Amino acid sequence: MSDSHATTLPPAAGHHHDPALLEQFDTIEQQKDASQFGMWVFLITEIMFFGGLFGAYLIYRNMYNPAFVAASKSIRIDLGAINTAVLICSSLTMAMAVHSAALGARKLLILFLIATLVLGGVFLGIKAVEYHEKYVEHHVPGPNFDFNSSEPADERVPADVASQTSIFFALYFAMTGMHALHMIIGAGILIFLIYRAWHGAYPPHHYTMVENFGLYWHFVDIIWIFLFPLLYLVSRSPVH
Amino acid sequence: MASHGGDHIVSPKLYVTIWIILLIFTGLTVFAAFQNFGVGNPIIALAIAVTKATLVVLFFMHVKYSPKMIALVIGCGLFFLSILMVLTCSDYLSRAWKF
Repeated sequence: MSDSHATTLPPAAGHHHDPALLEQFDTIEQQKDASQFGMWVFLITEIMFFGGLFGAYLIYRNMYNPAFVAASKSIRIDLGAINTAVLICSSLTMAMAVHSAALGARKLLILFLIATLVLGGVFLGIKAVEYHEKYVEHHVPGPNFDFNSSEPADERVPADVASQTSIFFALYFAMTGMHALHMIIGAGILIFLIYRAWHGAYPPHHYTMVENFGLYWHFVDIIWIFLFPLLYLVSRSPVH
Repeated sequence: MASHGGDHIVSPKLYVTIWIILLIFTGLTVFAAFQNFGVGNPIIALAIAVTKATLVVLFFMHVKYSPKMIALVIGCGLFFLSILMVLTCSDYLSRAWKF
């Protein structure tokens, strides 16, 4: 190749040897769009996964409505509402973390990631308190399950309804448990991100990992946005 | 680069506004749960949840500023979710003689 020949060619996009650009992509933008697309396809599989649980919930709530009303009243609405607020706050700090990464503000990025991790920890802590309460009250489905044993006299239900409440609690533990597992995995990835961000791994335009994790974290928030009314707020009004 | 879909910068002011709206809706859904709207209760609760989720998806998850293909992926996912829900219910709800 003679020099004169090379200079007549326009500088092709993507051939500027950006170390972050993988060879199968033409441009950084294309690479970013592709990874974002992949993340969304993963989140869709997650929607289908939780969709199965929501479907089971829908059918059993229809079949055993009185049991769902009684069982839902026995879980702590105050803790559930606080946890909803905590998760919404953590979504804000996560959005701000992605924003800081886009601006290249490394210290702010680390700060907002730590804030997100702390709020995630608060959520899991409150969840643990709730689980412990349910355990003490014999509300965990299994051989020791006894719905009426810990309920105040005016909130006890007939024996058949009491045994049906175990279906609600099985769904409660399955759904909040799977959600909590997603939170724990998220917290693990957050620690990794904080460590990497500390070493300056996410300069502006190369923070796709932070952005995609943000999508995951917001998705977990959305699952809780649906779990809260479905599990905690079945029917709280004193009149039916 | 700012013109391209992948790198849109949203102002923190907008994030805080969305955050406040989400918190207000959380209070609203708790308040609504203590009222007796009959069959309206679950409908109101789900309507608020869908509104909150939409705000999170559009703004926190940047779908409003992302390529149209992302919206298509989400649309496909919701379509398959609706098949799961509608066909399951059509089966169970049409067998009333069983329970």
